[in-house]
Amino acid sequence: MSETTVSPERTVVEEPTREQWSGQNVPRKEDKRLVQGEGVFFDDVKRHNMGYVHFVRSPYAHAKIRSVDVSAALDFPGVYGTLTGDEVATLTDPFFQISSPPGAHLKDYCLAVGKVRFVGEPVAAVVAETREGARDAAELIEVDYEPLPAINDARRALDDDAPVLHDDAGTNLTWEGVFDWGDVDGAFAEADRVVKISELHFNRFNSTPLECNGALVEYNRGTGQWTLITNNQFPGFAAIMMGPAMRVGLDKLRFVTQDIGGGFGNKITSHPQLVACCLLARKLNRAVQWTEWRTDFHTSMSHGNERWFVDTEVAVKNDGTMLGFRTTALDDAGAWLRYEPLGGIIWAQVTPGMYRWRNIQLDFKQVVTNKAPVSPNRGYSRMQHLWFTERVIDIVASELELDPVEVRKRNYIKADEMPYETPNGCIYDSGDYAKMLDVALDLIGYEELDSRRADAEKRGKLLGLGIGSTLDSGTNNFGQSRLINADLQFSGNNEVATVKLDLFGEIVVTLGTTPQGQSHETTAAQVVADILGCSLDDVNVRAGHDSYWNSHAGFSGTYASQFAVTGLGAVKGATEELAGQMRKLAAVVLGATPDDIELAEGQARLKGNPEAALPFMALGAIINANNAGLPEDLDVTLNCRYVYRPPFEVPDVERKYGNLTLTYAAQVHAAVVEIDPETGVYEIVDYAAVDDCGKRINPQIVEGQVMGATAQALGAATHETFPYDEEGNLLTPNFYDYHVPHALDMPPLKTGYIESESPFTSLGTKGMGEGGGAGIHAVCAALQDALRSNGKPIVYDSFNPYERVWEMLREPEASRERVTVEST
Amino acid sequence: MAADRLAPAQASRVTVEVNGTTYEREVESRRLLIHLLRDDLDLTGSHVGCDTGNCGACSVILDGTLVKSCMLLAVQVDGSSIETVEGLAEGELSPLQQAFSDHHALQCGYCTPGMLMSATALLRENPTPSDDEIANAIQGNICRCTGYWNIVKAVKAASGQEVGE
Repeated sequence: MSETTVSPERTVVEEPTREQWSGQNVPRKEDKRLVQGEGVFFDDVKRHNMGYVHFVRSPYAHAKIRSVDVSAALDFPGVYGTLTGDEVATLTDPFFQISSPPGAHLKDYCLAVGKVRFVGEPVAAVVAETREGARDAAELIEVDYEPLPAINDARRALDDDAPVLHDDAGTNLTWEGVFDWGDVDGAFAEADRVVKISELHFNRFNSTPLECNGALVEYNRGTGQWTLITNNQFPGFAAIMMGPAMRVGLDKLRFVTQDIGGGFGNKITSHPQLVACCLLARKLNRAVQWTEWRTDFHTSMSHGNERWFVDTEVAVKNDGTMLGFRTTALDDAGAWLRYEPLGGIIWAQVTPGMYRWRNIQLDFKQVVTNKAPVSPNRGYSRMQHLWFTERVIDIVASELELDPVEVRKRNYIKADEMPYETPNGCIYDSGDYAKMLDVALDLIGYEELDSRRADAEKRGKLLGLGIGSTLDSGTNNFGQSRLINADLQFSGNNEVATVKLDLFGEIVVTLGTTPQGQSHETTAAQVVADILGCSLDDVNVRAGHDSYWNSHAGFSGTYASQFAVTGLGAVKGATEELAGQMRKLAAVVLGATPDDIELAEGQARLKGNPEAALPFMALGAIINANNAGLPEDLDVTLNCRYVYRPPFEVPDVERKYGNLTLTYAAQVHAAVVEIDPETGVYEIVDYAAVDDCGKRINPQIVEGQVMGATAQALGAATHETFPYDEEGNLLTPNFYDYHVPHALDMPPLKTGYIESESPFTSLGTKGMGEGGGAGIHAVCAALQDALRSNGKPIVYDSFNPYERVWEMLREPEASRERVTVEST
Repeated sequence: MAADRLAPAQASRVTVEVNGTTYEREVESRRLLIHLLRDDLDLTGSHVGCDTGNCGACSVILDGTLVKSCMLLAVQVDGSSIETVEGLAEGELSPLQQAFSDHHALQCGYCTPGMLMSATALLRENPTPSDDEIANAIQGNICRCTGYWNIVKAVKAASGQEVGE
């Protein structure tokens, strides 16, 4: 294992050299507590006499529930109580459905009611004095099932004889949308060649954060309010789901979190279990604690969207100019639509990928199957679509005997075309994709590729190079939900921060976000310190999230690559307001005008006369504790709340047209693989990741996100998968079977960057962190390149374990049956 | 579970020294060491990530040997001495902890305590490990945030060796 990094210098700054904190690799504020084991994760919090929750889960993929008998469990020593689906159906309403009909008709409760639809679905819950006791008691709950036929292949879900999961919907096709932009027929008429690809498959996996889901839930009888100390990463969404279902206002649900052990989108949809915990806390009048077991996480939570691309046709000129494509995307949502069918529109943020495709037709079909429900997973829905566009580029290049590097450069949207409007009205804000590709190729020694290929050949290995280019679209316009369901009343986005100057001069920042390792405390402090002219140590950023802090809004949370835009935009707005108030107050005290005052070195002082200065402490003390005699009209609180609202319009529902995200960070990855043709075992021998997220507030933190996303992609490319057997059992329900990358699996990595500042954000930043899909695309492309001399198989799956490579080596013609080229 | 409800076969008295402090507790015979540490002693720095001994978030040093505390029963450590992440810093961060921060070897911080204990055990055995030796030593610790590159670098830096930029 070795590493070269071409990212910028990583000096740790001890003292302010002044200029700007932003742009520097300052030490993380989070680290001191975390390296000492002093972080507070939800499972670290205890309450007097709390009970432990254990869920009884379905052993069947599809079955009617005839009866649930909890009596033996209730008699078990140490058991405090139980909860069943029958109670849930009485005490709550089904969760609000995002989908238009027929998906809108699903009746989703926090426990299975009447029927189970996947192995691992919660059926009942028991609370006991100890974790072990709760698990023992759960064994005593008798559930009588009547098994039903199950469906676990989305491609069969619409067959006439396929079992229907949800009678209320009457079909397994819960959502469908036909997208048609540009002149697709014209593109095919203009084409020299049409490349047809019968089926491509994006595999089911997820990012498996090391900390599973969970919560400590308390119910306050006096106020009717629940406090949820939980690692849910999108409390705004959880509240919207939970409040109506529980028939309470959102203020009755207080979400609290400090440290979260990874999320990657997988902790957005824990609202069903949280509702069950709330009901139990109220019923038993006792704090209850739920910590999800690893197997429960794997079998029941947050799988990434599995997707097929069927009957794809690509219109192309002989020189590799891409004119348009048609395809059908078949998406497997699993058994419930917990965040879906938003995946049916999120992909459209990056409709043409990085390319100048102007004519696109896509029929998106989402079906339900007897598998775990999907939910956002790092790169959510864009990753699947971008994998498809990258596969198309490489397959077309290969079939037309063109160089994939040249085809990319020919078709990439160019730097001087930015901001670029896509065929569906999205605005790519800035970027230079060809330059990023050059940096990546330089990093992996593209010039020497031929000699390296020859050298590998001498050693009996097949060497290949692959490019993966992706967009990390960030800051959602939630108006895109209306393209899923025109009746929805969501649009835009928001995030909140408060910044105050306290009595003794402490600067206190609160965020609406729920970070899971993204270093929000650090980067927020950098922005604040720059504006107030003070040191980072002067800025206290509260750790975590608490909806009592009044620093959240409807879309608050940490998801979808947006903190550097929405979170820091709110921090900047609040801090600038505070700075204005500090200048105003200092002006009154010093007998000057606000314009005469500058903030520097922890003081408000007269420009040109640093002797006339008030330390921040004096300002804080005057307003908070010594304010007699101040002018009546002095509008200064030194406690500023700012709601950042990005500039969005509501998309055009009829045309499915409009700007769906504010920023487009970009990634170009390059992988060099060597395959052993005897076995199919391959190794990544060289790897480069080039990122462009606009202005970088903290380059080291940005690089850390790039590294982590890359590692997750490499795991998904080769090892990570959620396969099911015919009975609907997940075959990788723990870390024995689900192989995530370990330290020895990591290839040598080189990182690089360019900075194309966003013209649309207040700091020039772009949200980032989800660009890892590039690794999957790059490995697929590299394998296809390496196998080229061996019968020219096409790589048709995002997941390529060694046995699949071996199959392509042995029977290259099998994969070639998927592709045809027609001249027009 | 309240000790007075337990039959003798179900419960044992365990005496254990953790980070220099001696604790005596009545525990269920089936209680795991990680739960003794986290729930009975309130030493919540060590974490649970997998329930199967794969992830290493619960790694501690038991009588000088690195172990996964979810793979041991509490009763097995009677009379032993344990080091956990809470004991690493003495007033200020240890060089290893400082190197983790300097080299951005942690993001969410959930795997970090186990990672630090594995690296501590390595550096005692091998004060100047190579990259491969470091990767090998943390092979039993899963990190989902960093991709390990910066962790390897941090451990190497803590050993006083040169690391790249």
